[in-house]
Amino acid sequence: MPRMPGPMAERTRLATAGAHAAVVGNLGRQPRGDVWRGNLFFALLLFAVGLALLGLVALIVQSALKGAPAFSTDLFTEGPSRVNPDQAGFRPAIIGSLYLIAGVVLLIVPLGVGAAIYLEEYADGTRWWNRVIELNIQNLAAVPSIIYGILGLAFFVRGPLDLNFVVAAGSLTLALLVLPTVILAAREAIRAVPSSIREGSLALGATQWQTIRRQVLPASIPGIVTGVILAVSRALGEAAPLLLVGAATFVTADQPNPFEGGYTAMPVQIFNYALQPQDEFRVIAAAGVVVMLIVLLAMNSFAVWLRNRYEQQW
Amino acid sequence: MGRPDPSRPLVAASPRWGERVIQVLLAGCAVISVVTTTVIVISLLTPTLGFFDEVSFGNFFSSDTWAPTGNPASFGVLGVVMGTISTTIWGLLFAIPIGLCSAIYLSEYAKPSVRRVVKPILEILAGIPTVAFGVFAVTFLSPEIGDLFPGFIKTPPFAAGIAGLAIGLLIVPIIASISDDAMRSVPGGLREGAAALGATKLKIATRVTFPAAISGIVASIVLAGSRAVGETMVVLLAAGATPNETFDPGASVLTMTAFIGRTATGDIATGTIAYDTIFAVGALLFVMTLVMNLFAIRLVRRFREVYE
Repeated sequence: MPRMPGPMAERTRLATAGAHAAVVGNLGRQPRGDVWRGNLFFALLLFAVGLALLGLVALIVQSALKGAPAFSTDLFTEGPSRVNPDQAGFRPAIIGSLYLIAGVVLLIVPLGVGAAIYLEEYADGTRWWNRVIELNIQNLAAVPSIIYGILGLAFFVRGPLDLNFVVAAGSLTLALLVLPTVILAAREAIRAVPSSIREGSLALGATQWQTIRRQVLPASIPGIVTGVILAVSRALGEAAPLLLVGAATFVTADQPNPFEGGYTAMPVQIFNYALQPQDEFRVIAAAGVVVMLIVLLAMNSFAVWLRNRYEQQW
Repeated sequence: MGRPDPSRPLVAASPRWGERVIQVLLAGCAVISVVTTTVIVISLLTPTLGFFDEVSFGNFFSSDTWAPTGNPASFGVLGVVMGTISTTIWGLLFAIPIGLCSAIYLSEYAKPSVRRVVKPILEILAGIPTVAFGVFAVTFLSPEIGDLFPGFIKTPPFAAGIAGLAIGLLIVPIIASISDDAMRSVPGGLREGAAALGATKLKIATRVTFPAAISGIVASIVLAGSRAVGETMVVLLAAGATPNETFDPGASVLTMTAFIGRTATGDIATGTIAYDTIFAVGALLFVMTLVMNLFAIRLVRRFREVYE
């Protein structure tokens, strides 16, 4: 085939490849009743989408129905109880979760944004060490959360940091767990800033850091904030690693000291109630799920809205 | 502003130390990821080596009894690996058809207006905490399915199939979202060429777009599988606590993650061999998911390279 210049050649090549695939697919038996078959397939697709959404709606509705009897201010003002479901609530768990999240935010914002800036603005992607870092982050994003719990147990609770079972150990563990999420989101936001903005700034005599601080970062803030919110909501809902770094204890303390004493967290407390054999406790667990769902879905919706609202068209 | 002074050099005379310091600090942030991986490997490997000083490889991989706290103790890890495989398979059996059908619908059939609604909903739902799926499984799925099929769940409310169903629900958004991205990155020319030759929409979706996006689709399934293998809260609540070498969906099983979670929250003293099994099982779990993740990352890279 003679080579044609320009994008038309590429389009022609792709069209030819598509045509070839279709011919191969259609040769032999010509389909009869295509409309009927197509409609059946479409119905199947709708059924699958419906089933997935139905499952998730069922989860939300069932939690609300099951937890309804427990909805009262007791849920927020009472501590845990193993004997009396009437006096069981989530107060220490809510406070513990707030402490944990404060620590997570303090850690992930500077570290995550810093890493993203380095990888997008400074790193030479052809160097092997930068590729190792990238591959690493992609893999860390998919490492099971309980493995981070083992890391927290071996390094923060015992071992080098030896913090014992305290809020700070939980925050550190959760921060490492969600750091890849922040880095990947921040990188995407930074990458979306066109290079002409950078070149313009550099041409006017700004240094590289001035360019990043005054041009690139302000333009990518919505994307970065979205990433941070999604990461925080993931940290808020994560229970498995906290089981290993001490949040499973039966805590009644109101104000946990970040570096001393036991703590608990919302998802861990829900888990503990759900484990109890009496159904009354499962009702409280379901009510806790509803509280978490409201907070998390609100956070995630806000994050997605923020990204769509401020998605800049350059 | 006057004209530039020709005697002044265009390049800064002294190196900008501030800029260098900032660059090094930022590089330090990026290096934390490598440090994290290193620390994970160290914290898994050290106790695991101690574990294998006392327990032979043969006992770990070929003995068929898992009873780390029993007397005599036995460490046949297959007992918990089978549990993990069982819940993962049941989860994937549910999630693959539903996730792929949703992806085909989103990329090939849905109007842009529908897409704009469904895609963010999927994203938001992916943020539901896993403990919620666990509570759902044990308070709703298990009793309802137990009523529908009496005798299906051997030790109510725990069953590998129930945990698998909840895990499946949890990983549908992963499969749907990544496969949708892969199928949408297939160039329109392929579809147009097929349509020009008279292929129906059904044929275009199943014989042109789907095979063209296969590497991304496989990657989504592998990633979802890795997620299912590492899922902890659902299996802790719904899969049970008895090591069981079976793929029976109605049987209660102990998975690797559930074992780690249970043992770590139990009363076992640190420094004992039973405690070290947490790390040995964790190391095996890490290796299993690492292989799956690296495979998926490679596949995703390939489809990006071909079409972008």
